[in-house]
Amino acid sequence: MKAPETFETPAAERVNYINAQYGLKSWLLTKDHKRIGLLYLGSISFFFLIGGLYAMFIRLELLTPQGDFLSSATYNKVFTQHGIIMIFFFLIPSIPATLGNFLVPLMIGAKDLAFPRINLLSWYIYLLGGIITIYALLAGGIDTGWTFYVPYSTTFSNSYVIATGAGIFISGFSSILTGLNFIVTIHTMRAPGMTWFRMPLFIWAHYATSLIMILGTPVIAITILLLAFERLAHVGIFDPANGGDPVLFQHLFWFYSHPAVYIMVLPGMGIISELIANFSRKNIFGYSFVAFSSLAIAVFGFLVWGHHLFVASQSVYAGMIFSFLSFAVAIPSAIKVFNWTATLYKGSISYDTPMLYALGFIGLFTIGGMTGLFLAALAVDVHLSDTYFVVAHFHYIMVGGTLLAYLGGLHYWWPKITGRMYPEGWGRFSALTVFVGFNLTFLPQFIAGYMGMPRRYHAYPPEFQVFNVLSSAGASILGVGLLIPLIYLIWSMRYGKRAEANPWHLPGLEWRTPSPPPTENFLVTPVVTWEAYEFAPPEELRVIGMFREDEGLENADAVIDGKPT
Amino acid sequence: MSEHIVSLKVYFTIFIALMVGTALTVWAGLQDFPGPLNVIVALTIAVIKATLVVLYFMHVRYSSRLIWVVFASALFWLGILFALTFGDYWTRGWL
Amino acid sequence: MGAPLAAAVEHEHSHPALQHHFENLEQQREAGTLGMWVFLVTEIMFFGGMFFAYTLYRTKFPDSFATASNHLSLPLGAVNTVVLILSSLTMALAVYSAQVGKRRNLILFLVLTIVLGSAFLGIKAVEYRDKYVDHLIPGKLIPGNPFNPAVAAHGDTDPHKLHLVGNAKVKEVEMFYWIYFAMTGMHAIHMIIGVALLSVLLYFAWRGRYGPEYHNPVEILGLYWHFVDIIWIFLFPLLYLLGRHLLHSA
Repeated sequence: MKAPETFETPAAERVNYINAQYGLKSWLLTKDHKRIGLLYLGSISFFFLIGGLYAMFIRLELLTPQGDFLSSATYNKVFTQHGIIMIFFFLIPSIPATLGNFLVPLMIGAKDLAFPRINLLSWYIYLLGGIITIYALLAGGIDTGWTFYVPYSTTFSNSYVIATGAGIFISGFSSILTGLNFIVTIHTMRAPGMTWFRMPLFIWAHYATSLIMILGTPVIAITILLLAFERLAHVGIFDPANGGDPVLFQHLFWFYSHPAVYIMVLPGMGIISELIANFSRKNIFGYSFVAFSSLAIAVFGFLVWGHHLFVASQSVYAGMIFSFLSFAVAIPSAIKVFNWTATLYKGSISYDTPMLYALGFIGLFTIGGMTGLFLAALAVDVHLSDTYFVVAHFHYIMVGGTLLAYLGGLHYWWPKITGRMYPEGWGRFSALTVFVGFNLTFLPQFIAGYMGMPRRYHAYPPEFQVFNVLSSAGASILGVGLLIPLIYLIWSMRYGKRAEANPWHLPGLEWRTPSPPPTENFLVTPVVTWEAYEFAPPEELRVIGMFREDEGLENADAVIDGKPT
Repeated sequence: MSEHIVSLKVYFTIFIALMVGTALTVWAGLQDFPGPLNVIVALTIAVIKATLVVLYFMHVRYSSRLIWVVFASALFWLGILFALTFGDYWTRGWL
Repeated sequence: MGAPLAAAVEHEHSHPALQHHFENLEQQREAGTLGMWVFLVTEIMFFGGMFFAYTLYRTKFPDSFATASNHLSLPLGAVNTVVLILSSLTMALAVYSAQVGKRRNLILFLVLTIVLGSAFLGIKAVEYRDKYVDHLIPGKLIPGNPFNPAVAAHGDTDPHKLHLVGNAKVKEVEMFYWIYFAMTGMHAIHMIIGVALLSVLLYFAWRGRYGPEYHNPVEILGLYWHFVDIIWIFLFPLLYLLGRHLLHSA
């Protein structure tokens, strides 16, 4: 056990999780949740770039009404692969596996997640699934749409369905293991004094997310496995050629895949709750409502999947029930939006980069959610189903929601993760660019879709061209807006201003340990005596366990309490 | 250690109960009960046997409330899957 | 640097099995047990998809499912049920032996559990072989031996042929056998994993790692083993028994 740090130790010389060990091996075999979070950060960024590349091809093709850039067969593969990479290899792991992995133990005052080895295993499983999927893409790709609908995927498609399915099946286990780790950690590893209702809302959101991961992912796993056998051995329960029912596949697929949308957006909502409270320097309005609405979304999220089957020969009565339940899930989402807005009221708001992303999130998520109500309405959906209205709707949730929250969170915790500040000016500039680019990309798609432009075709009638040109132009701006942070964040890891332990002067436990944190997270086990968003003057928010050499042990104890007397 | 050690007597009693249940379910399976009663009897015996395993062999009877909740949540979510999907299949012929 | 603080910072390693990020063995045990239960929840949902498919198609094709079910060997299925429940008992006794610190009994019961588990798998293999002989392996799962059972004519009692009940159709019988192989196959894979893990446990038990203070691995593997048992407790009546009574009327 090394000697504890003191204030006198210069930041550069402190031992932290990054400089505690060097070499590739120390990273590839690490059991430190913070390092595993960074491993995930690197790998999901890689997959994001691939998914982004496919998005670029889509937008290039749709610039003109004729299918002149990609053949229809290639276009089918491009949009399928865009969806599969973005959903299974970026959006689902994005926030939980990177920021969640890094922050869950820090925020509840634990030394690590409950099962560090399983945590590392989950990254390798993710990587294996990713490599198999990349193999499938290189070998010839897949063209079924990310939804793998039967019987196309079982009988008619000539693309690499089984290899891609195997990749998704395997990577699903990484998601299950992450969720399992979070649930057990949050239940058993909280620091003394960290009661359930003192937990930051980020933790509540991750708890709810983990529930979905645990309860939903196994169902998609067995579904994909059975699908592979249908294709491979002509046995089955889905394909009509085998006497099966294709709608059963859709039921089982969406039983996971609709809640999966909440796997993507719930952790984002957790981040936004942190950002809104902390950058307004106000306790969150209605803490328990925001906390329980996360759980409510996790539960209600499992009751609505049938709204994907409104036009798939599902019974009308089931459709009515699912329609009603889909409206109901808007309630907990709306609770969150209203509470965030109420938190802003009379707060002392600062418009740093993370807050810009958070404010953007509220607006875009609201648009995404409200248009969801159009689609949940049984009759309206018959008109809108499979149009660009749907495409725009879920991009407002996935990109306008999850991606913006992810970027906001990444900036907000960047000083904690790397010990360096990002350049604030560039940060604000890129946040605005992303916001403008995103809206220009997807707002026109609502109109095109409402006018009847169907999704998943490489050619379209000329009257839709104006919307598509606007959309492609917006996509370029969005692309630039996303590349800027990629560059300056990497730059800042080496050249950024050194970050203090608590650059935003916040009460959260993760800010009460040095930046970057030591391997064991805290110098001493913290004892929590304050509420999640109880703001205090900066001088009271000292690093837990760090004291001046002349203060002695009694004072150190007082600091451990969080508020030196 | 605050764990509860289940006595040998309990283990053997449960084992015998499970054996009786197995014999009973085989016997019942060979009888020609009216209507859907065969299915109901078979499933009732299976549920009772599973409950005994969960409560005693898996120590849930002596475990914290949390374990109860975890286990119940799995059944609840399985119930959602069955209920809502069957809701579709049952009502398809209605219109 | 003050020595007293170093003592306060350093947490005690009271037991060699205590991992560094837990405060004490009790917390470690709680986490391990809860972790296994959460894992079992995922298993319930995993098998749940197949149970749903079974329920759906059984209500759709009751006669075909009865036909196919009647072709399974009830004696072998029943014996396997007894074997598996017996293995659950030995597993529970293994946990008990670890709790009270009887190392020799622990080893004995782990060996018995492994033997019984392997016996189950052996009997299962015999059953699979019978289905192979009768060309009842669905689709093209086995290359060169597609699903192609002989159908018994009225009065023919050849047990290797399918005896169609009511409105049964061969195509729907194939669906039953696919669900049968998917469910029992997935169950068997879980058994194989269980036996492998038990062997690892046996090695550490032989090395004397588990005692009254620390035996969480034995405990949570026990949970897993009992869970696999429970799956079979449901599979047995659903696959082997339902529809058996129709034999009389046929």
